[in-house]
Amino acid sequence: MKSLKAQQHPLSKIEYELEVLDTPINGLSFADKLADSNLFPLSPTQIDILQINMGKMCNQVCKHCHVDAGPDRKEIMTRETMLMILEVIKKGGIKTVDLTGGAPEMNPEFRWFIEEVRKISSEVHIIVRCNLTIILANPKYHDLPEFYKKHHIEVVSSLPYFTAVKTDSQRGDGVFDKSIKALKMLNEIGYGSEGSDLQLNLVYNPAGAFLPASQEGLELEFKKRLKNSYDITFNSLYTITNLPISRFLEYLLRSENYDSYMEKLLDAYNPVAAANVMCRNTISVGWDGYLYDCDFNQMLELKVASPTSQHIADWNQKSLLEREIIVKQHCFGCTAGAGSSCGGATA
Amino acid sequence: MKTYYNPEDLKKFGKIGDFQKSMADKFFDYYGEVFQEGALTAREKSLIALAVAHAIQCPYCIDAYTVDTMEKGCDEEQMMEAVHVAAAIRGGASLVHSTQMMSKVKEISM
Ligand code: SF4
Ligand code: SF4
Repeated sequence: MKSLKAQQHPLSKIEYELEVLDTPINGLSFADKLADSNLFPLSPTQIDILQINMGKMCNQVCKHCHVDAGPDRKEIMTRETMLMILEVIKKGGIKTVDLTGGAPEMNPEFRWFIEEVRKISSEVHIIVRCNLTIILANPKYHDLPEFYKKHHIEVVSSLPYFTAVKTDSQRGDGVFDKSIKALKMLNEIGYGSEGSDLQLNLVYNPAGAFLPASQEGLELEFKKRLKNSYDITFNSLYTITNLPISRFLEYLLRSENYDSYMEKLLDAYNPVAAANVMCRNTISVGWDGYLYDCDFNQMLELKVASPTSQHIADWNQKSLLEREIIVKQHCFGCTAGAGSSCGGATA
Repeated sequence: MKTYYNPEDLKKFGKIGDFQKSMADKFFDYYGEVFQEGALTAREKSLIALAVAHAIQCPYCIDAYTVDTMEKGCDEEQMMEAVHVAAAIRGGASLVHSTQMMSKVKEISM
Protein backbone atom coordinates (compact mmCIF):
# COMPACT_ATOMS: atom_id res chain seq x y z
CA MET A 1 0.00 0.00 0.00
CA LYS A 2 1.20 3.52 -0.86
CA SER A 3 0.53 6.84 0.84
CA LEU A 4 -2.25 8.99 -0.64
CA LYS A 5 0.48 11.38 -1.73
CA ALA A 6 2.33 8.68 -3.69
CA GLN A 7 -0.98 7.59 -5.25
CA GLN A 8 -1.63 11.23 -6.20
CA HIS A 9 -5.03 10.76 -4.61
CA PRO A 10 -7.30 13.85 -4.70
CA LEU A 11 -7.43 13.77 -0.88
CA SER A 12 -3.70 14.36 -0.71
CA LYS A 13 -4.57 17.89 -1.81
CA ILE A 14 -5.24 19.88 1.33
CA GLU A 15 -7.69 22.21 -0.46
CA TYR A 16 -9.92 19.26 -1.27
CA GLU A 17 -9.73 17.90 2.25
CA LEU A 18 -10.60 21.31 3.70
CA GLU A 19 -13.51 21.66 1.30
CA VAL A 20 -14.98 18.42 2.67
CA LEU A 21 -14.29 19.50 6.26
CA ASP A 22 -15.83 22.94 5.79
CA THR A 23 -19.25 21.50 5.02
CA PRO A 24 -21.74 21.80 7.90
CA ILE A 25 -23.21 18.61 9.36
CA ASN A 26 -27.00 18.85 9.66
CA GLY A 27 -26.53 22.60 9.25
CA LEU A 28 -24.08 22.82 12.16
CA SER A 29 -20.38 23.59 12.39
CA PHE A 30 -17.96 22.78 15.20
CA ALA A 31 -17.70 26.50 15.91
CA ASP A 32 -21.51 26.63 16.44
CA LYS A 33 -21.30 23.85 19.01
CA LEU A 34 -18.38 25.54 20.78
CA ALA A 35 -20.37 28.78 20.86
CA ASP A 36 -23.29 26.91 22.51
CA SER A 37 -20.84 25.79 25.21
CA ASN A 38 -19.41 29.32 25.60
CA LEU A 39 -16.06 28.12 24.30
CA PHE A 40 -15.87 30.03 21.03
CA PRO A 41 -13.37 31.34 20.06
CA LEU A 42 -11.34 28.48 21.50
CA SER A 43 -8.33 29.76 23.39
CA PRO A 44 -5.25 28.13 24.92
CA THR A 45 -4.94 27.78 28.69
CA GLN A 46 -1.15 27.24 28.80
CA ILE A 47 1.64 25.62 26.81
CA ASP A 48 2.72 22.52 28.74
CA ILE A 49 3.31 20.10 25.91
CA LEU A 50 5.45 20.42 22.83
CA GLN A 51 4.43 17.71 20.40
CA ILE A 52 7.10 17.30 17.76
CA ASN A 53 6.44 15.56 14.48
CA MET A 54 9.87 14.26 13.49
CA GLY A 55 8.74 13.36 10.00
CA LYS A 56 6.25 11.53 7.86
CA MET A 57 8.52 8.58 7.16
CA CYS A 58 7.25 5.32 8.61
CA ASN A 59 7.87 1.59 8.20
CA GLN A 60 4.10 1.01 8.25
CA VAL A 61 1.24 2.25 6.08
CA CYS A 62 -1.77 1.99 8.40
CA LYS A 63 -5.14 2.40 6.73
CA HIS A 64 -6.39 5.04 9.15
CA CYS A 65 -3.18 7.13 9.37
CA HIS A 66 -3.93 10.84 9.73
CA VAL A 67 -0.33 11.68 8.77
CA ASP A 68 -0.50 9.76 5.47
CA ALA A 69 2.83 8.34 6.59
CA GLY A 70 4.76 5.52 4.98
CA PRO A 71 8.11 4.41 3.62
CA ASP A 72 7.52 6.58 0.53
CA ARG A 73 7.34 9.80 2.58
CA LYS A 74 10.70 11.54 2.79
CA GLU A 75 9.79 14.69 4.76
CA ILE A 76 11.76 14.54 8.02
CA MET A 77 12.97 17.12 10.53
CA THR A 78 16.56 18.36 10.25
CA ARG A 79 19.07 18.90 13.07
CA GLU A 80 18.86 22.62 12.34
CA THR A 81 15.15 22.68 13.21
CA MET A 82 15.77 20.52 16.27
CA LEU A 83 18.37 23.03 17.50
CA MET A 84 15.69 25.72 17.40
CA ILE A 85 13.35 23.48 19.40
CA LEU A 86 16.09 22.92 21.98
CA GLU A 87 16.38 26.69 22.37
CA VAL A 88 12.67 26.85 23.22
CA ILE A 89 12.99 23.99 25.73
CA LYS A 90 15.93 25.80 27.35
CA LYS A 91 13.67 28.76 28.10
CA GLY A 92 11.72 26.52 30.50
CA GLY A 93 7.98 26.09 30.92
CA ILE A 94 7.61 23.06 28.65
CA LYS A 95 6.74 20.12 30.88
CA THR A 96 6.39 17.43 28.23
CA VAL A 97 8.17 16.75 24.97
CA ASP A 98 6.04 14.37 22.93
CA LEU A 99 7.77 12.84 19.89
CA THR A 100 5.67 11.53 17.07
CA GLY A 101 5.79 10.93 13.33
CA GLY A 102 5.68 8.76 11.16
CA ALA A 103 8.03 6.56 13.06
CA PRO A 104 10.08 9.19 14.94
CA GLU A 105 12.88 6.67 15.41
CA MET A 106 13.52 6.66 11.64
CA ASN A 107 14.79 10.21 11.83
CA PRO A 108 18.61 9.83 11.97
CA GLU A 109 18.78 12.65 14.55
CA PHE A 110 16.23 11.02 16.87
CA ARG A 111 18.67 9.75 19.49
CA TRP A 112 20.84 12.85 19.31
CA PHE A 113 17.81 15.04 19.92
CA ILE A 114 16.68 13.09 22.99
CA GLU A 115 20.20 13.16 24.42
CA GLU A 116 20.26 16.95 23.96
CA VAL A 117 16.87 17.34 25.66
CA ARG A 118 18.17 15.30 28.59
CA LYS A 119 21.27 17.53 28.79
CA ILE A 120 18.95 20.50 29.25
CA SER A 121 16.74 18.79 31.81
CA SER A 122 16.40 15.47 33.54
CA GLU A 123 12.94 16.57 34.67
CA VAL A 124 11.15 17.25 31.40
CA HIS A 125 8.84 14.36 30.59
CA ILE A 126 9.62 12.71 27.25
CA ILE A 127 7.10 10.63 25.36
CA VAL A 128 7.88 8.60 22.27
CA ARG A 129 4.96 7.44 20.13
CA CYS A 130 6.52 4.16 19.07
CA ASN A 131 4.68 1.96 16.57
CA LEU A 132 6.38 -1.15 18.11
CA THR A 133 7.24 -2.84 14.80
CA ILE A 134 10.06 -0.36 14.23
CA ILE A 135 11.98 -2.05 17.06
CA LEU A 136 12.15 -5.23 14.96
CA ALA A 137 12.37 -3.57 11.53
CA ASN A 138 16.17 -3.45 11.42
CA PRO A 139 18.98 -4.60 13.75
CA LYS A 140 19.94 -0.95 14.28
CA TYR A 141 16.64 -0.46 16.12
CA HIS A 142 16.80 -3.58 18.32
CA ASP A 143 18.31 -1.65 21.23
CA LEU A 144 15.60 1.04 21.24
CA PRO A 145 14.00 -0.34 24.42
CA GLU A 146 17.34 0.09 26.24
CA PHE A 147 17.67 3.60 24.84
CA TYR A 148 14.15 4.52 26.02
CA LYS A 149 14.94 3.14 29.45
CA LYS A 150 18.23 5.01 29.74
CA HIS A 151 16.51 8.32 29.07
CA HIS A 152 13.45 7.55 31.10
CA ILE A 153 11.04 7.83 28.22
CA GLU A 154 7.34 7.07 28.35
CA VAL A 155 6.50 4.74 25.48
CA VAL A 156 3.05 5.11 23.92
CA SER A 157 2.16 2.49 21.34
CA SER A 158 -0.82 1.69 19.17
CA LEU A 159 -2.39 -1.70 19.46
CA PRO A 160 -5.89 -1.42 18.05
CA TYR A 161 -6.96 -4.78 19.46
CA PHE A 162 -5.78 -7.82 21.35
CA THR A 163 -6.29 -10.07 18.33
CA ALA A 164 -4.25 -10.35 15.14
CA VAL A 165 -7.17 -10.12 12.69
CA LYS A 166 -8.40 -6.73 13.86
CA THR A 167 -4.93 -5.28 14.40
CA ASP A 168 -3.62 -6.40 11.04
CA SER A 169 -6.72 -5.23 9.19
CA GLN A 170 -5.89 -1.68 10.29
CA ARG A 171 -2.11 -1.69 10.55
CA GLY A 172 -0.98 -4.25 7.96
CA ASP A 173 -0.26 -8.00 7.74
CA GLY A 174 1.98 -9.35 10.46
CA VAL A 175 1.89 -6.17 12.56
CA PHE A 176 0.19 -7.86 15.50
CA ASP A 177 2.79 -10.62 15.90
CA LYS A 178 5.66 -8.14 15.65
CA SER A 179 3.95 -5.80 18.10
CA ILE A 180 3.63 -8.64 20.60
CA LYS A 181 7.35 -9.42 20.24
CA ALA A 182 8.25 -5.76 20.75
CA LEU A 183 5.98 -5.50 23.80
CA LYS A 184 7.74 -8.54 25.28
CA MET A 185 11.11 -6.84 24.73
CA LEU A 186 9.83 -3.76 26.55
CA ASN A 187 8.38 -5.85 29.38
CA GLU A 188 11.64 -7.75 29.78
CA ILE A 189 13.57 -4.61 30.66
CA GLY A 190 10.96 -3.39 33.12
CA TYR A 191 8.51 -1.41 31.01
CA GLY A 192 4.83 -1.69 31.79
CA SER A 193 4.78 -3.55 35.07
CA GLU A 194 2.45 -2.28 37.75
CA GLY A 195 4.10 0.36 39.87
CA SER A 196 7.08 0.67 37.50
CA ASP A 197 8.06 4.19 36.58
CA LEU A 198 8.94 2.95 33.10
CA GLN A 199 5.60 3.73 31.56
CA LEU A 200 4.29 1.66 28.68
CA ASN A 201 0.88 2.84 27.55
CA LEU A 202 -1.18 1.42 24.72
CA VAL A 203 -3.51 3.20 22.34
CA TYR A 204 -6.77 1.73 21.12
CA ASN A 205 -8.57 3.25 18.20
CA PRO A 206 -11.58 1.71 16.47
CA ALA A 207 -10.90 -0.29 13.31
CA GLY A 208 -13.75 1.34 11.40
CA ALA A 209 -16.48 3.96 11.40
CA PHE A 210 -17.51 3.71 15.04
CA LEU A 211 -16.63 5.27 18.36
CA PRO A 212 -14.22 3.83 20.93
CA ALA A 213 -15.43 1.89 23.95
CA SER A 214 -15.13 3.28 27.46
CA GLN A 215 -11.46 3.60 28.35
CA GLU A 216 -11.78 1.99 31.78
CA GLY A 217 -13.67 -1.11 30.68
CA LEU A 218 -11.52 -1.68 27.63
CA GLU A 219 -8.30 -1.28 29.61
CA LEU A 220 -9.40 -4.11 31.93
CA GLU A 221 -10.27 -6.29 28.94
CA PHE A 222 -6.93 -5.54 27.20
CA LYS A 223 -5.00 -6.24 30.39
CA LYS A 224 -6.75 -9.54 30.94
CA ARG A 225 -6.42 -10.72 27.34
CA LEU A 226 -2.79 -9.67 26.82
CA LYS A 227 -1.75 -11.17 30.16
CA ASN A 228 -3.58 -14.46 29.64
CA SER A 229 -2.66 -14.98 26.01
CA TYR A 230 0.84 -13.48 25.80
CA ASP A 231 1.96 -12.74 29.37
CA ILE A 232 2.23 -9.05 28.46
CA THR A 233 1.64 -6.20 30.88
CA PHE A 234 1.22 -2.46 30.32
CA ASN A 235 0.23 0.56 32.38
CA SER A 236 -2.74 2.37 30.82
CA LEU A 237 -4.88 2.11 27.75
CA TYR A 238 -5.72 5.33 25.92
CA THR A 239 -8.84 5.21 23.77
CA ILE A 240 -8.64 7.53 20.79
CA THR A 241 -11.36 8.45 18.29
CA ASN A 242 -10.39 8.42 14.61
CA LEU A 243 -10.53 11.94 13.21
CA PRO A 244 -11.91 12.37 9.70
CA ILE A 245 -8.73 13.48 7.98
CA SER A 246 -6.29 12.02 5.50
CA ARG A 247 -6.43 8.23 5.11
CA PHE A 248 -9.30 7.77 7.58
CA LEU A 249 -11.27 10.42 5.68
CA GLU A 250 -10.48 8.59 2.46
CA TYR A 251 -11.85 5.37 4.02
CA LEU A 252 -15.01 7.14 5.25
CA LEU A 253 -15.74 8.63 1.84
CA ARG A 254 -14.90 5.47 -0.10
CA SER A 255 -17.03 3.26 2.18
CA GLU A 256 -19.87 5.84 2.16
CA ASN A 257 -19.68 6.10 5.94
CA TYR A 258 -18.71 9.77 6.00
CA ASP A 259 -22.14 11.34 6.60
CA SER A 260 -23.25 8.87 9.24
CA TYR A 261 -19.86 9.02 11.01
CA MET A 262 -19.95 12.82 11.16
CA GLU A 263 -23.54 12.73 12.45
CA LYS A 264 -22.45 10.26 15.09
CA LEU A 265 -19.62 12.56 16.19
CA LEU A 266 -21.97 15.54 16.24
CA ASP A 267 -24.66 13.69 18.23
CA ALA A 268 -22.03 12.60 20.75
CA TYR A 269 -20.65 16.16 21.22
CA ASN A 270 -19.70 16.56 24.88
CA PRO A 271 -19.09 20.10 26.22
CA VAL A 272 -16.84 18.75 29.00
CA ALA A 273 -14.60 17.11 26.42
CA ALA A 274 -14.69 20.35 24.41
CA ALA A 275 -13.35 22.30 27.39
CA ASN A 276 -10.51 19.79 27.71
CA VAL A 277 -9.33 19.47 24.10
CA MET A 278 -5.57 18.94 23.95
CA CYS A 279 -4.85 21.96 21.72
CA ARG A 280 -5.50 24.16 24.76
CA ASN A 281 -2.20 23.16 26.39
CA THR A 282 -0.15 21.85 23.46
CA ILE A 283 1.81 23.27 20.55
CA SER A 284 2.54 20.95 17.68
CA VAL A 285 5.75 21.42 15.67
CA GLY A 286 5.85 20.18 12.09
CA TRP A 287 8.86 18.48 10.47
CA ASP A 288 9.75 21.80 8.85
CA GLY A 289 9.50 23.81 12.08
CA TYR A 290 6.09 25.40 11.55
CA LEU A 291 3.76 25.57 14.54
CA TYR A 292 0.23 24.23 14.75
CA ASP A 293 -2.57 23.88 17.31
CA CYS A 294 -2.33 20.08 17.12
CA ASP A 295 -1.00 17.25 14.95
CA PHE A 296 -4.32 17.15 13.05
CA ASN A 297 -4.24 20.83 12.15
CA GLN A 298 -0.63 20.25 11.15
CA MET A 299 -1.69 17.64 8.61
CA LEU A 300 -4.29 20.09 7.30
CA GLU A 301 -1.53 22.73 7.06
CA LEU A 302 -3.49 25.11 9.30
CA LYS A 303 -0.64 27.05 10.93
CA VAL A 304 -1.28 28.70 14.31
CA ALA A 305 -3.25 31.94 14.04
CA SER A 306 -0.44 33.86 15.65
CA PRO A 307 1.12 35.67 12.69
CA THR A 308 4.31 36.76 14.45
CA SER A 309 5.05 33.30 15.83
CA GLN A 310 4.25 30.71 13.20
CA HIS A 311 7.65 29.02 13.10
CA ILE A 312 9.82 27.59 15.88
CA ALA A 313 12.50 30.16 14.90
CA ASP A 314 10.07 32.93 15.92
CA TRP A 315 8.74 31.30 19.12
CA ASN A 316 6.82 33.88 21.09
CA GLN A 317 5.03 32.37 24.07
CA LYS A 318 2.92 35.45 24.72
CA SER A 319 1.59 35.71 21.21
CA LEU A 320 0.97 31.94 21.08
CA LEU A 321 -1.05 32.14 24.29
CA GLU A 322 -3.13 34.96 22.85
CA ARG A 323 -4.00 33.11 19.66
CA GLU A 324 -7.35 31.69 18.62
CA ILE A 325 -7.25 27.94 17.99
CA ILE A 326 -8.36 27.09 14.44
CA VAL A 327 -11.30 24.69 14.47
CA LYS A 328 -13.06 22.81 11.69
CA GLN A 329 -15.42 19.84 11.44
CA HIS A 330 -12.63 17.31 12.15
CA CYS A 331 -12.55 18.72 15.71
CA PHE A 332 -15.81 16.86 16.42
CA GLY A 333 -13.56 13.80 16.77
CA CYS A 334 -11.97 15.31 19.90
CA THR A 335 -15.27 16.06 21.61
CA ALA A 336 -17.39 12.95 20.99
CA GLY A 337 -18.46 10.91 24.00
CA ALA A 338 -15.69 10.69 26.58
CA GLY A 339 -13.50 12.91 24.38
CA SER A 340 -10.25 12.04 22.68
CA SER A 341 -6.69 13.29 22.80
CA CYS A 342 -3.17 11.93 22.42
CA GLY A 343 -3.52 10.97 26.10
CA GLY A 344 -6.87 9.22 25.59
CA ALA A 345 -10.28 10.20 26.97
CA THR A 346 -10.68 13.73 28.31
CA ALA A 347 -14.08 13.75 30.00
CA MET B 1 -37.90 0.40 -4.03
CA LYS B 2 -40.36 0.42 -1.16
CA THR B 3 -39.79 -2.04 1.66
CA TYR B 4 -41.43 -2.60 5.00
CA TYR B 5 -38.20 -1.77 6.81
CA ASN B 6 -36.34 1.50 6.21
CA PRO B 7 -32.96 1.96 7.97
CA GLU B 8 -33.69 5.71 8.27
CA ASP B 9 -36.70 4.90 10.48
CA LEU B 10 -34.38 3.79 13.28
CA LYS B 11 -33.43 7.44 13.83
CA LYS B 12 -37.14 8.23 14.35
CA PHE B 13 -37.49 5.79 17.26
CA GLY B 14 -37.42 8.66 19.75
CA LYS B 15 -40.44 10.18 18.03
CA ILE B 16 -42.88 7.47 19.13
CA GLY B 17 -43.71 9.93 21.93
CA ASP B 18 -45.41 12.21 19.37
CA PHE B 19 -48.43 9.88 19.47
CA GLN B 20 -48.35 8.90 23.16
CA LYS B 21 -45.89 10.87 25.26
CA SER B 22 -46.19 9.63 28.83
CA MET B 23 -45.79 5.96 27.94
CA ALA B 24 -42.89 6.72 25.60
CA ASP B 25 -41.18 8.78 28.31
CA LYS B 26 -41.56 5.94 30.80
CA PHE B 27 -40.30 3.42 28.26
CA PHE B 28 -37.19 5.45 27.34
CA ASP B 29 -36.39 6.15 31.00
CA TYR B 30 -36.65 2.46 31.72
CA TYR B 31 -34.67 1.56 28.59
CA GLY B 32 -31.90 3.96 29.58
CA GLU B 33 -31.67 2.51 33.06
CA VAL B 34 -31.64 -1.08 31.82
CA PHE B 35 -28.53 -0.47 29.73
CA GLN B 36 -26.56 1.34 32.39
CA GLU B 37 -23.58 -0.28 34.07
CA GLY B 38 -25.00 -2.44 36.89
CA ALA B 39 -24.48 -5.94 38.23
CA LEU B 40 -23.84 -6.67 34.55
CA THR B 41 -21.45 -4.43 32.64
CA ALA B 42 -22.78 -2.24 29.82
CA ARG B 43 -20.71 -4.43 27.50
CA GLU B 44 -22.37 -7.66 28.69
CA LYS B 45 -25.79 -6.06 28.35
CA SER B 46 -24.99 -4.96 24.82
CA LEU B 47 -24.03 -8.53 23.85
CA ILE B 48 -27.26 -9.86 25.39
CA ALA B 49 -29.18 -7.22 23.40
CA LEU B 50 -27.40 -8.32 20.21
CA ALA B 51 -28.36 -11.94 20.85
CA VAL B 52 -31.98 -11.03 21.61
CA ALA B 53 -32.11 -8.82 18.50
CA HIS B 54 -31.31 -11.92 16.45
CA ALA B 55 -33.79 -14.08 18.35
CA ILE B 56 -36.62 -11.60 17.67
CA GLN B 57 -35.14 -10.88 14.21
CA CYS B 58 -35.52 -7.11 14.45
CA PRO B 59 -33.39 -5.46 11.73
CA TYR B 60 -33.34 -2.13 13.60
CA CYS B 61 -32.04 -3.77 16.77
CA ILE B 62 -29.50 -5.83 14.82
CA ASP B 63 -28.07 -2.66 13.24
CA ALA B 64 -28.16 -0.73 16.49
CA TYR B 65 -26.55 -3.43 18.64
CA THR B 66 -23.95 -4.40 16.04
CA VAL B 67 -22.66 -0.83 16.26
CA ASP B 68 -23.15 -0.70 20.01
CA THR B 69 -21.25 -3.93 20.75
CA MET B 70 -18.38 -2.73 18.54
CA GLU B 71 -18.39 0.57 20.39
CA LYS B 72 -18.22 -1.40 23.62
CA GLY B 73 -15.00 -3.01 22.37
CA CYS B 74 -16.37 -6.44 21.36
CA ASP B 75 -14.92 -8.24 18.38
CA GLU B 76 -16.58 -10.29 15.64
CA GLU B 77 -15.92 -13.60 17.38
CA GLN B 78 -17.63 -12.48 20.59
CA MET B 79 -20.54 -11.06 18.62
CA MET B 80 -21.01 -14.25 16.62
CA GLU B 81 -20.83 -16.34 19.82
CA ALA B 82 -23.63 -14.19 21.23
CA VAL B 83 -25.75 -14.92 18.13
CA HIS B 84 -25.01 -18.62 18.55
CA VAL B 85 -26.36 -18.38 22.08
CA ALA B 86 -29.60 -17.01 20.61
CA ALA B 87 -29.62 -19.72 17.96
CA ALA B 88 -28.93 -22.47 20.49
CA ILE B 89 -31.78 -21.32 22.72
CA ARG B 90 -34.15 -20.96 19.77
CA GLY B 91 -33.13 -24.37 18.40
CA GLY B 92 -33.20 -25.92 21.84
CA ALA B 93 -36.64 -24.49 22.50
CA SER B 94 -37.99 -26.26 19.41
CA LEU B 95 -36.20 -29.47 20.20
CA VAL B 96 -37.17 -29.60 23.85
CA HIS B 97 -40.82 -29.52 22.73
CA SER B 98 -40.16 -32.77 20.95
CA THR B 99 -40.44 -34.42 24.35
CA GLN B 100 -44.13 -33.52 24.18
CA MET B 101 -44.32 -35.09 20.73
CA MET B 102 -42.54 -38.17 22.04
CA SER B 103 -44.92 -38.46 24.99
CA LYS B 104 -47.92 -38.09 22.71
CA VAL B 105 -46.53 -40.72 20.37
CA LYS B 106 -46.14 -43.08 23.28
CA GLU B 107 -49.60 -42.22 24.59
CA ILE B 108 -51.34 -43.17 21.36
CA SER B 109 -49.10 -46.01 20.31
CA MET B 110 -49.47 -49.66 21.14
S1 SF4 C 1 -0.51 5.34 12.12
FE1 SF4 C 1 1.57 5.54 12.95
S2 SF4 C 1 2.54 3.58 12.50
FE2 SF4 C 1 0.74 3.73 11.19
S3 SF4 C 1 1.46 4.62 9.26
FE3 SF4 C 1 0.75 6.32 10.53
S4 SF4 C 1 2.56 7.03 11.61
FE4 SF4 C 1 3.04 4.98 10.82
S1 SF4 D 1 -8.57 18.63 16.13
FE1 SF4 D 1 -6.93 19.82 17.04
S2 SF4 D 1 -7.70 21.92 17.02
FE2 SF4 D 1 -9.46 20.59 16.75
S3 SF4 D 1 -10.22 20.28 18.85
FE3 SF4 D 1 -8.86 18.57 18.36
S4 SF4 D 1 -6.90 19.18 19.19
FE4 SF4 D 1 -8.14 21.06 19.03
